[in-house]
Amino acid sequence: MNEERIEQAGCAKRRAAPACHWLNVGVAAALALVVTAAPGRAQDTVPAGVRIGLTYDRSGKPAVALAPVAGPNADSVFAIMARDLDFSDRLTVIRQDSGDAPTGALNYDLYAKLNAAAVVQATVTPTGGLHIAVHEVAGKRVALVMDLPLPSPALSRDWRHVVHIASDSVEWSVLGRPGIASTRIAYTIQYGGAITLVDFDGEGAWQVPGTHDCLSPSWDPTGTKVACNALPEGNSPSRIEVHDLATGRKWTTRATGNNQTAVFSPDGRTIVFSAGSDAQDLYSVPVYSDSAPRRLTSRRGSLNVSPDFSPDGRKIVFTSSILGHPEVYIMDADGSSADLLTSSGFGDDLYRSDPAFSPDGRRVAFQSRIKGTFQVMAISVADKSTVQLTSEGANESPSWAPDGRHIVFVSTRTGRRELWVLDAESSRARQLTHGGRAQNPAWSPRLSFPRQP
Amino acid sequence: MNRFRIASMIALTAVVAACSKKPPPAPAPAPAPAINQDSIDRANKARADSIAAAETARRRAEEAARAAEETRRIEAARAAARNTLVAKVYFDYDMDNIRPDQQATLDAKVPILNANTDIHLRIAGHTDDRGSDEYNLALGQRRAASVRRYLVARGIGESRMDIVSYGEQRPVATGENEEAWAQNRRAEFEITAGGNPIKVP
Repeated sequence: MNEERIEQAGCAKRRAAPACHWLNVGVAAALALVVTAAPGRAQDTVPAGVRIGLTYDRSGKPAVALAPVAGPNADSVFAIMARDLDFSDRLTVIRQDSGDAPTGALNYDLYAKLNAAAVVQATVTPTGGLHIAVHEVAGKRVALVMDLPLPSPALSRDWRHVVHIASDSVEWSVLGRPGIASTRIAYTIQYGGAITLVDFDGEGAWQVPGTHDCLSPSWDPTGTKVACNALPEGNSPSRIEVHDLATGRKWTTRATGNNQTAVFSPDGRTIVFSAGSDAQDLYSVPVYSDSAPRRLTSRRGSLNVSPDFSPDGRKIVFTSSILGHPEVYIMDADGSSADLLTSSGFGDDLYRSDPAFSPDGRRVAFQSRIKGTFQVMAISVADKSTVQLTSEGANESPSWAPDGRHIVFVSTRTGRRELWVLDAESSRARQLTHGGRAQNPAWSPRLSFPRQP
Repeated sequence: MNRFRIASMIALTAVVAACSKKPPPAPAPAPAPAINQDSIDRANKARADSIAAAETARRRAEEAARAAEETRRIEAARAAARNTLVAKVYFDYDMDNIRPDQQATLDAKVPILNANTDIHLRIAGHTDDRGSDEYNLALGQRRAASVRRYLVARGIGESRMDIVSYGEQRPVATGENEEAWAQNRRAEFEITAGGNPIKVP
């Protein structure tokens, strides 16, 4: 669904480009195949015939040469795109950050000697547009041409977002799947801070107005709304809030007692959250309705929190203390057939929590106490095999990127609570935030349309 | 020295002269003074009045001091009652039961709540920062509920006590050590209505 939206946005903006139609046909076919073919590692498997003539070598990463950029703010465009493609962890970037921007026909043979599978030519046009051409080196042809209008002012958050969309489109062209540069991560600052949105590359952080002391943000599937739970203050009780990022509109709902950890269903129509004045159960309520929340769980006085939907909307994973300590459970979305997911192999440390479904629905990331410290792990829904993803410092609150291989989480490895991004395939980790006191990260869907109040 | 000798001689001569003379005749006795009884009475009364006034003033000052002392005592007792009412209780890691060593703190609140039936409390549960902050928010709520249940069991009306949770979001102590964690695993009490003035049981 997100890929489709990106495609529409990109196409609308490059309607004039002849390559647009051709590319989107190819991409639509790719998506159809990705959905229907479900191999063992769907996230890394590219169906044959949908890549534009490139060979995706699984043992290495295809190299993409980023040619010098021409036009105003060329350095910034170059730096942002080089970093985006690098942070994808799927491509090797050959940086041509000196010299003049290429004009006329490319010397494909030269790029072939550099082992570049593709060459990216970016130009900021005098009329304020971003012109992108992706060359396929082996085929000696232009594989993608697109023009994106760059919003004013230059270097603003929206301007950067358009450059990120260009990066995602390049990755899409080269690998048959869009990148995740046009995503953001929502998180909370501890001790009364506001919900903060930061770009995929750690830049452009801004605070959502009116969200101080609102915890555990979660995105709606369109990436235009964020739900969170506001702490009680004075006469304002604990409650669930949905903030529309474009309009600033706020909608609230609540059940008895402490209200927390709201998530949207994949169709965006329903919110599931935890509430209770002693025990905590999970409740469901249609967004923007006045109806009373309906209880989903009734688990004998236990604490049931941190729900997350499977991508198909049929299952919910959550943390429950019904055994006397927190473990991760999975149940049907109507609250029936609850079953222990983290059932064995964890030793004496009785604490598993904060589950997050992977975008393909096959794995659930969670945090587990290991020798007294929390680490991020992932468990297979099918066979319950687990893998430990972190080991440095304490690591908590995982959330998956839409590409299904990157995970954002809170880590204390620098001595402060910062967000880190891990590529679960290559184990490469990078620090996303530097201000400390970060908690509850939530990775957005792909955000094709720049949105801000 | 010379001058001293002359002075001695003059003095000696004078003594000798005095001894040799006869004493002069005694003077006639003075007439007895007329006694003005009224003025004596007035003086006596003035004196008595002055003494009485001083006594009254002293008594009044003592009374004022006693009253001030009593006010201070009452205020201190009220402050003590208030402090008893808002005294925090502490919890073990990942637990919500009332520890035996914390029961006295809660028991001491009961007579004060019974003497002040207009008082409403907000009980806020808190946790340390270990573990899931989402799970900890629920745990804080459960700790507040545990405290309320304890007080309800001792006869305090449930409707007089609101419970909320702040999880690990409002630490009173920073630091990654047991001392800080132990201070943060707590329930706090806030008087949200009544108790103006608080009645001391």
